[in-house]
Order: sequence, then structure tokens, then C-alpha cells
Amino acid sequence: MTAAMPPPADDGAGAAAEVHAETRIVVANQWQLIWWKFRKHRLAMLAGLVTIFLYVVALFAEFFAPYSARTYSAQHTFLPPQSINLFQWTGAGWRFFPHVYGHKVQIDQESFKRTYVLDETITYPVGLFVQGEEYKLWGLFTLDVHLIGAAQFGDPVHLIGTDRLGRDVLSRTIYGTRVSMSVGLVGVGLSLLLGVILGGISGYYGGLIDNLIQRTIEILRSLPTIPLWMGLSAAIPLTWPPVRVYFAITVLLSLIGWTALAREVRGRFLSLKTEDFVIAARLDGVREIQIILRHMVPSMTSHIIASVTLAIPGMILAETALSFLGIGLRPPVVSWGVLLQEAQNVRSIATAPWLLFPGLAVVVAVLAMNFLGDGLRDAADPYQA
Amino acid sequence: MIWYIARRIIYLIPTLLIVSIIAFVVIQLPPGDFLASLISKAEETVDQAQVDALRERYGLDEPITVQYWKWISGIITKGDFGDSFEWNRPVSDLIWERLGLTMVLSLFTLAFVWIVAIPIGIYSAVKKYTIGDYLVTIIGFIGLAIPNFLLALVLMYIAFRYFGQSVGGLFSPEYIEADWSLDRVLDLLSHIWLPVIILGTAGTAALIRVMRANLLDELSKLYVDAARARGLSELKLLFKYPVRVALNPLVSALAWVFPALVSGSAITSIVLNLQTTGPLLYRSLQAQDMYLAGSLILLVSVLTIIGTLVSDILLAWIDPRIQLQ
Repeated sequence: MTAAMPPPADDGAGAAAEVHAETRIVVANQWQLIWWKFRKHRLAMLAGLVTIFLYVVALFAEFFAPYSARTYSAQHTFLPPQSINLFQWTGAGWRFFPHVYGHKVQIDQESFKRTYVLDETITYPVGLFVQGEEYKLWGLFTLDVHLIGAAQFGDPVHLIGTDRLGRDVLSRTIYGTRVSMSVGLVGVGLSLLLGVILGGISGYYGGLIDNLIQRTIEILRSLPTIPLWMGLSAAIPLTWPPVRVYFAITVLLSLIGWTALAREVRGRFLSLKTEDFVIAARLDGVREIQIILRHMVPSMTSHIIASVTLAIPGMILAETALSFLGIGLRPPVVSWGVLLQEAQNVRSIATAPWLLFPGLAVVVAVLAMNFLGDGLRDAADPYQA
Repeated sequence: MIWYIARRIIYLIPTLLIVSIIAFVVIQLPPGDFLASLISKAEETVDQAQVDALRERYGLDEPITVQYWKWISGIITKGDFGDSFEWNRPVSDLIWERLGLTMVLSLFTLAFVWIVAIPIGIYSAVKKYTIGDYLVTIIGFIGLAIPNFLLALVLMYIAFRYFGQSVGGLFSPEYIEADWSLDRVLDLLSHIWLPVIILGTAGTAALIRVMRANLLDELSKLYVDAARARGLSELKLLFKYPVRVALNPLVSALAWVFPALVSGSAITSIVLNLQTTGPLLYRSLQAQDMYLAGSLILLVSVLTIIGTLVSDILLAWIDPRIQLQ
């Protein structure tokens, strides 16, 4: 259509573009409008990219991690982080040679404490897409390519250091992404189910049942959640397999976490119930269930997506806190909370501050999801100015 | 007003009932009854008569409803929460001081949150879109995103590494077991600031955002322009009306900030080793000392609910429109 128009004179160009933009807005559907509005929110866009990145890392953890989560090395316990040097002095000039320096072990003759001293004579080359340990991606494809790692298989390259068993902290944090990010997703999925059903009933039917559900929500909201979570999750038998513990924890988190979503859904239902198009549908004799699913739910989906995004960080924080205390997920499951358990007291942090690295991952994930949710909430109602 | 309070108190009854049932469920959750764990933990053989007496006291052979009734009526009529098997003492001996300290900590934190959040919120609303405002917003978001316990760990590490002192606890060692005295109170005050700051960050960040949004709404109203047109000084203009109106939703925020504080203090207290309910609950859950754990959950919940009630009544008193809803 634009191509068919005659080239406008200079002064008319702005006006034509404006008219064009206006028709574009008029004919755009709701999701396009939301997308345009969301795109203006730079911070939310960035947060969205970070969130997508985190989920991609979670999906391809085996590829992103230099080692597996369980690879250990008794000679390299509590190895400090090694920083990558991009260039090397060859005597004649600098050459591009990404590498890390090795360490010499010194043993204190009195306390037998091992300390590592940087040894600049030993260099280990580092590369991208290197060959490393074999792994099975999603249990299907056998591969041995890792995004980053020692260029020569077997060199001790630990960019964020190692823990008390000599396991690579970076790799374990990357594997933890999988569990921690999915706990949030699964937990919110369950909360959403409860929230939409109960909030929907509450808002649509009103009356006694609304009152009952609202009182229940008020009660649940006035409870201190963490002591309650502690009590309930401590009751999960130690003999359960990790997968079942994982589901039990997510169910527990969502049992208490659904209330905010239910409130949001109820509020939407209440305001939509009296809208003209809903009344018109009812007068036309459309069945109740169809009114809800066909006419009401689509117009609140964007709001629900926004509240869901804002609910995920809470779940991630709760899982981290419980696992950190040792009453949530337990090793051998690797989640950020489980990893932080290694850093539970000042003594272990004083020896190895890099064990707090998974905490950084938590902060980044929570920040990103909060900003993303904020942006989505602002964009959720594109018809508002 | 009286009717409003009466109605709220009537609502309290089902809430308390549900909380007590949840606490009782927590007590019942571990496999086997607690006498089995008592017998397995006792060093010498347990006297059969003693076991029978305990069985009778808690009604262990009777249906679950009777057990619940015995437990709850004991608490209400005699203040008897059962015995802690790990400590070999009645639960009520163990919990009151810790519960008191939990409340002191939460109230201090609440005061801290308000004192910090209100001025910063006002500043960031008045100086909208300045560097200061952006700085506050960014710090606020980061404050919300850092889990309390992580902040506690980092601050403890900094104190240990750079100041060479280990922080933690609410008292100096010599005062932990001491009776209450002026010195002990002063000692408490010299220790409480760190946990207060750690616990307060998330709440402060949230309240700054609420305060800023409220005040921005108010400042764009016409009466503000009218007052300015009549030559009222900016400071007077700000504090006379908009700030006061903007404070109202902040009072209602109390109802959710308070449970969040009590709840958040549980984990931070464990990390910092405070003498509050959190660490005791944690230890009792690990030892399956269920009467202690159940009582703690019950009492912490009840106190939170009462706190919420107080804040609701406070709000209705400040803003009478609430009573009509």
C-alpha cells in the first residue's frame, strides 16, 4: 500500500506518515498494541532478553556448563576463581591467546591448611566451543561440545572457582538454573490453575461463595508464610526420591502462593461482568461456560500474564530460602538454594567467597523477572493512555 | 467504629481456628506418633507407666478430633502447649522470651522501614525523573531482589573480613542467659540494628515505591495547583495535604508488610543466629520436636494475625471511609 502511493512532497511526508501510523493503530489487534507499548519500555525489554537467556541456559545447561554438575577433583578443592587473560607476551610482542594461570599449592606447616598461590608460569589455554566431557542433551543426543572451557581436555580451568569437593561452581550454578527457574514456572502454573478457578468463581458468581473465598484468601495472606513452609516441607520424608521432593515443594509453594493471582482474576471478572459485550453475549443466550472462556478470558489474558511474571520471582526466592536451610530441595538435586547451602556460615564464606556466586544468579533472575513483569503490567492494557 | 472493630474481631475467630488446625496438622505430619520418637531418643529405657501417662494426657489412642480438642483446650484454658522432647521441658518455658524478641525485632524493623521509606519516597516523588529519583528506584529494585539471608551473609562476610569482628546474635555472650536488666536492654539495642537493616531492606524498597506512586497521584491534582497559585510555600504545600493523603495507603500496606517481616525474619534469624523464634523452629523441625514446632507456628501466626487486625483498625480510624465497605 505504501509503495503504491506517489512520493509525497517534503512538507507532506510527516503528515502522511502520521496518518499511516494512525491507521496502523486502528487496525492493529490487541496483541500488536501490547507489543508496541511494551517495546517502548527499554528496561523491560532488556529484562525480557535476560529472562529468555536464563531459560535458554536452563534448557541447554549441559552445553553452557564447562563441566558436569558432579565432576569433582580432589586436588582442586576451594580453588579460587581464575580470570581470563586474552593476550600473552611472547617476547617479541603480544599475541591473542586466551588463557588462565595455574596455581601452586602451598601447605602451611603448622595448620596444614592448603593455600593456592597464582603461578604465572603455568598457563592453560581457554576457548569457545571446546571439546570436553561427553553428555547426553535431554537424554537424547550424545555430544561433547561446551560453550567455554579448557581448550585442552583435562586442564583445570575453573572460572568461578571450585567448592569443597573440587566441583566447578560455574557449572553447578548453570545446572542450578534448570531447577530454580523451573520451580518458579511449575509453581506458578499450579498457582495459576488454583487462582483462575477460585478467583473466577469468586468474581463471576459473587455472593456467599465470593465471601467465603475472599475470607479464605485473607486468612492465607495474614499467615507468616516462611514458618509455615518450613513446617510443611520439613514433613517431606527423607526417603522420597528427588523428583518427588521437587514436586512436593512446588505444590507447597503454590498452595500458599495462589492468593495474589486469585485476587487479580476476581477483580478482572468483576469489572468485565458488566461490560456491554458480556451482557450482549448473555442476552443472546450463550452458555455460561462459553461466556467465560470465549468472551471474558481472552480480554484478561494479558493481565494474567503480567501477574504470573511478577509471581515467579517470589517462588524462586522461596525455593532458594527453603533449600538454603536444607528443608527444601536436597542434594544431589542442584538448585541455587542447594548451592548456597555450602555458604551457610561465615567461616566457609571467609575461605571461599565465590561460593556466593549462585546468589548473584538469584538476584539477576529476580531482578529481570520483576522488571519484565512491571513492563508487561504497564503494557497489559494498551487502550489506556 | 465500635461495630467495625466488633465485626473484625468476629472474623478473627474462624481465622484462628484454621491457624490452629494447620499447626495441629504440622504436629501430626511426621510418621508415627511422637511417643515413638520420644522412646527412640531416650537414652535409658522408658518407664511403661510414664508412656501410658503421656498417652493418656495427649489422648493418643483416641480419634484425631479428640486429640485436637485436648491439645487446643489445654492451650486456651491452661496455657499448656505440651512438652518439648528435645529440651525435656514444657514448651511454654521455651517460647515466650523468643516470641517477645521476635516481636521487638519486627516492630523495630517496621519503625525503621517507615522512617526510611517515607522521606525517600517523598523526595523521589518531588524530584521525579532526576538522577536522585533513578538512583533510589534502582537501589529499591535491587533491595527487593536480594534475598534477606543472602544480604545477611554478605554483611557478615564484610564485617568479618574488613572489620575483623563476627556479627550475629541479639546479645553479647554474657547477656544471653541473663535476666532482664537495663544493661541487657542496652546490649540488645547495640546488636539489633544489623538485623533490622537486613530485614528492612525489602520492605523499605517496596514502601518507597508505594509512597512515590501515591504522592505522584496526589501532586497532579488540581487542589495542589490551586494552593500553589495562591502563593503557599512549596514546603507547606507539600506537607499540609498531599503527603497526608498519600500516607493512607501506606497504613494499609502495614497489613501485608507485617506478616512479611515476621516471615522473613525466620530465615535471617537462622543465619544471624538471633534468639528469636526462627532458629528454635528450625531446630525443632529438624529434631522432629513437633509440639514445640507446632506451638511456634501457631503463636507466630496468631501474633501476625493480631498485628494485621491492629493495622486494619488503625487504618479505619485514620480513614473512616474504610468502615463503610
